[in-house]
Amino acid sequence: MPKLVFLATDIALYVLVFVIAFYVWHARRTPTLRQTWRGVLHDPAAMSAGVVLAIFLLIAMLDSFHFRPLLAPASGAAADAAPAYSTRTLSVLDALLAGPRESREKTYSVPLGTHQFSKESMLVDGKSVRDFPRLQFGGAHLKDPDSEWAGDVVRQSLMGVAGGILAAAALWVGVAFLRARTSRASLGDSLRAIWRRSTEVPWRAMLLTASIVAIFVGWVVALWPYYHVFGTDQTGNDVLFQAIKSIRTAVVIGSLATIATLPFAIVFGILAGYYKGRTDDAIQYLYTVLSSIPSVLLIAAFVLMIQVFIDKNPQLFDTGLERADIRLFLLAAILGITGWAGLARLLRAETLKLGELDYVQAARAFGVSDTGIMRRHILPNVTHIVVIVAVLDFSGLVLYEAVLSYVGVGVDPTTNSFGTMINSARNEMSRDPVVWWTLLAAFGFMVTLVLSMTLFASAVREAFDPRARAFRVRRAKPVPANLVVPAVIVPAAGL
Amino acid sequence: MLVIENLTTELDSDNGLVRAVDALTLTIERGETFALVGESGCGKSMTALSILRLLPDSGRVSSGRVDIEGTDITQLPESQMRDIRGRRISIIFQEPSTSLNPVMTVGRQITEVIERHTSIRGDAATAKAVDWLKRVGIPDPQRRVNDYPFQMSGGQKQRVMIAIALAAEPDVVIADEPTTALDVTIQAQILDLLKELQRSQKMAMLLITHDLAIVAQMAHRVALMYAGQVVEVAEAKEFFDRPLHPYAVNLFEALPDTAKRGRRLASIAGSVPPLNQEFIGCRFADRCADVMERCRTTPPQLIAYRPGHQVRCFLYDGTDVTDAATRVWGKDPVLPIDPPAGDTVLEVRDYKVWFPIRKGLLKRTVGHVKAVDGVSFQIPAGRTLALVGESGSGKTTVGKAVLQLLRNTAQISGSALLLGQPLENLNGEALRTARRSAQIVFQDPFASLNPRMRVNEILEEGVASLRPDVPPSERTERVAALLEKVGLRRDALTRYPHEFSGGQRQRLAIARALAVEPRLIVADEPTSALDVSVQAQILNLLKQLQQELGVSYLFITHNFGVVEYLAHEIAVMKNGKLVEAGPAESLLSNPQHEYTQTLLAAVPRLARAA
Repeated sequence: MPKLVFLATDIALYVLVFVIAFYVWHARRTPTLRQTWRGVLHDPAAMSAGVVLAIFLLIAMLDSFHFRPLLAPASGAAADAAPAYSTRTLSVLDALLAGPRESREKTYSVPLGTHQFSKESMLVDGKSVRDFPRLQFGGAHLKDPDSEWAGDVVRQSLMGVAGGILAAAALWVGVAFLRARTSRASLGDSLRAIWRRSTEVPWRAMLLTASIVAIFVGWVVALWPYYHVFGTDQTGNDVLFQAIKSIRTAVVIGSLATIATLPFAIVFGILAGYYKGRTDDAIQYLYTVLSSIPSVLLIAAFVLMIQVFIDKNPQLFDTGLERADIRLFLLAAILGITGWAGLARLLRAETLKLGELDYVQAARAFGVSDTGIMRRHILPNVTHIVVIVAVLDFSGLVLYEAVLSYVGVGVDPTTNSFGTMINSARNEMSRDPVVWWTLLAAFGFMVTLVLSMTLFASAVREAFDPRARAFRVRRAKPVPANLVVPAVIVPAAGL
Repeated sequence: MLVIENLTTELDSDNGLVRAVDALTLTIERGETFALVGESGCGKSMTALSILRLLPDSGRVSSGRVDIEGTDITQLPESQMRDIRGRRISIIFQEPSTSLNPVMTVGRQITEVIERHTSIRGDAATAKAVDWLKRVGIPDPQRRVNDYPFQMSGGQKQRVMIAIALAAEPDVVIADEPTTALDVTIQAQILDLLKELQRSQKMAMLLITHDLAIVAQMAHRVALMYAGQVVEVAEAKEFFDRPLHPYAVNLFEALPDTAKRGRRLASIAGSVPPLNQEFIGCRFADRCADVMERCRTTPPQLIAYRPGHQVRCFLYDGTDVTDAATRVWGKDPVLPIDPPAGDTVLEVRDYKVWFPIRKGLLKRTVGHVKAVDGVSFQIPAGRTLALVGESGSGKTTVGKAVLQLLRNTAQISGSALLLGQPLENLNGEALRTARRSAQIVFQDPFASLNPRMRVNEILEEGVASLRPDVPPSERTERVAALLEKVGLRRDALTRYPHEFSGGQRQRLAIARALAVEPRLIVADEPTSALDVSVQAQILNLLKQLQQELGVSYLFITHNFGVVEYLAHEIAVMKNGKLVEAGPAESLLSNPQHEYTQTLLAAVPRLARAA
């Protein structure tokens, strides 16, 4: 039985997933919220992005169950001796991807390569030769890489893609079957309905997205046991593995930092807007000062202080991973503490407006206490802003982490993140020939994550923001060309 | 001049396809004022936007023609349509403060239209703009032509808007609720101006309004709209003297005025049906007192009952119908005579509410806005005091200050005695106890109920806060009983405010105020956001509650019809001061103060043969 390890960010992520689940439950039984979220659920772009996000979240969660494996008892140890655990903390994802994690090369190798990227002196038949050595793991099963490589890669790729297509087909049939069972239609009708986009939820778009992902995954699964699909980095680590590990860091930073801003932003924003006067002045002063300091410097100062603390108190952390994790956790907290000004400003303005509304005045006339008014009348009516900003900020923070790690004040150097990957790619870009795959892998994954989140966020914003809804152009039935009216006409200018 | 045939406008909304205007046919002659009248949501504004092809992106004209001197403008390309707008047809919007561009001088905004549509340029165009400002009655036009909109008052802005609309001398002008946002004295001036300009320019005017009194004053012909359809078209005099459609008849009976004092107003039950459905029968059937079997199965057509008088109703389909065929909802049940006035509930003595003007780094008070400046009045139990005045006269401020809602924002002096107790000295628990006796009902029923709370939570909040002695179980029971008292069903308790119509929401707001059993209700324009038929329901309810519970009202309003119908006493406010106060009958029939006289003279009235 391995020893379970709960890192700070693990617990935070569990809580986050729990809170999201609670919100989903709450939204389902609140008619207004259900109505609003239906707008998101019926948006094809948002739901396709949601499929990708769900996969990213799944990977992040798999990477968040940590344990220390049990070591085999030392020879000659007593039968009742305390079990010994490895000093390395692994996650479920690490265990699943043990192959790529263990197969370390010496240094750079190109994607799907069989030879090292740089020459080395080797002894061939007793003579010292300078040549590209074979990789230890990548393409190790090939006897003669030069002649067999292309055929092998194509064969494996085809098999992987075929597997992916099969999985995708199973997915289509599975979804159609479940739909057919609930709506009591035949399987064929259900499939046709999905394909003709006549379903409430945009299943076709979601299934197409899932199919693309499935085919890509199938391809990777087929090749990964034999090759480094995205090559290796300077120290010979598999780049694809690093990119996958970086997903958790991005999700942790994006979500925890956003959540860390919320208490400050909500409390300060509502207090300032509700009490006005001196309170408002003080809070405005606070966030004006905060936002007039360059945030990178502020964060750098905080991070260095934390690093000193961690270095001075090594006894607090059992393993290197725990040490790196506490830095990640605190980095998210720092991003939250320094980044609440924008949301607070929005909430202050909204509260100023709500405070003058009649139902707040009516509550005052009822002698309801200030906290009661803020809790029951103000907070529920600003949550849409909180939801919109939280979802929009997520992608911004993922990108910000990359910037901070690039500057060197981000996550611990041992933590995989898109920022550290890009930072290491800085040197590689100046080599000739260029080592392009680290940067490309990091960028590809990061853009996919951020783009999905942004697409999702824009649908959320549209659903929650009444003004956005008023200006949305709905797809009406085809209109004769001469009937199309201009979008905006300034009355005074138009007449 | 302007011929509209079978105009149908559809809007794609979240609730499906809404047919906002359905097969509308009208003809407007040169030099004629044609009034399109109806309650909110009946499609009158959509008609205006359809004619000009300024519909929102989700809307489109799905069929029909709009001919202006023989050209069907629904078929014109957009580039030619731009030549039509302003030159042939132009529009005056409701809200002058948002229909002018704040960063352009008013002169520039007028010359823009002149230069777009005529060959006049430069100084000549400016001279023309000055000329127009003079014609719409802006004093010192030479200087004001360089003013920005913020330098003008609301009435002046609407005059500028009229100048812009008329600058290119259009054949047809559409006035979409041109005076709804204005005070009654300004409204009278603007209506006079429109009337005079229409006569001198010989243009056709399509006047869109919900106010029957304005129609009576302005229009030559009238079309009454209901749920997207025209239900009656007639010459104005004919329409007011002999309305045919049951809706029209009931609408007139629902208008409050002096003659209806002591009687229940006719209130049309229910509300306008949503337009996102296919109608099988008559759209008014569910609210009609004369409903017949046929009304529910066949849609009625617009039939010519007399020459020039068309009506969409089966009552006038046969041969032997008389005008008296139409019945009125709950006509003439005489209300019991009001019980004699009780003790004084509220007495306000020399009340002053000054808002400080703060300036500079340290926010020192450099002056005051004297919103209320020395007001005294008293209200006996079971009586209604109407506080009337134009916007900015401080009448709402009085109401809020009396309820101690402005303590933190304004300097208040003088005293308000609620049941003999001076409110301004109360704090904490004592203030909370006093709040039980005085409650408020607001103007806008859409802003006065928290959209995130259920009805039972909304109603119970006040009881929980002010009557902690009432146990929770009794609280629920009490709230449910209240709902029935204001005419809503018990199952409303678990619903959210957005599921109710405007009139129902106002009933909820009244129930909320009543929940703590107050002696005084400050009613701040409680019916001005409502349609006439719904207003009648609410006024009937307020009157009935007063007679049953003996509650007093401080009724803040600018609507003189309501005042005449409901008030026992009237106090007229101007610039924070009371100019005249007294019993309703004597003040209305014999106003002493000059301002009261002006105000009463400016109120548009329905002069109908009974």
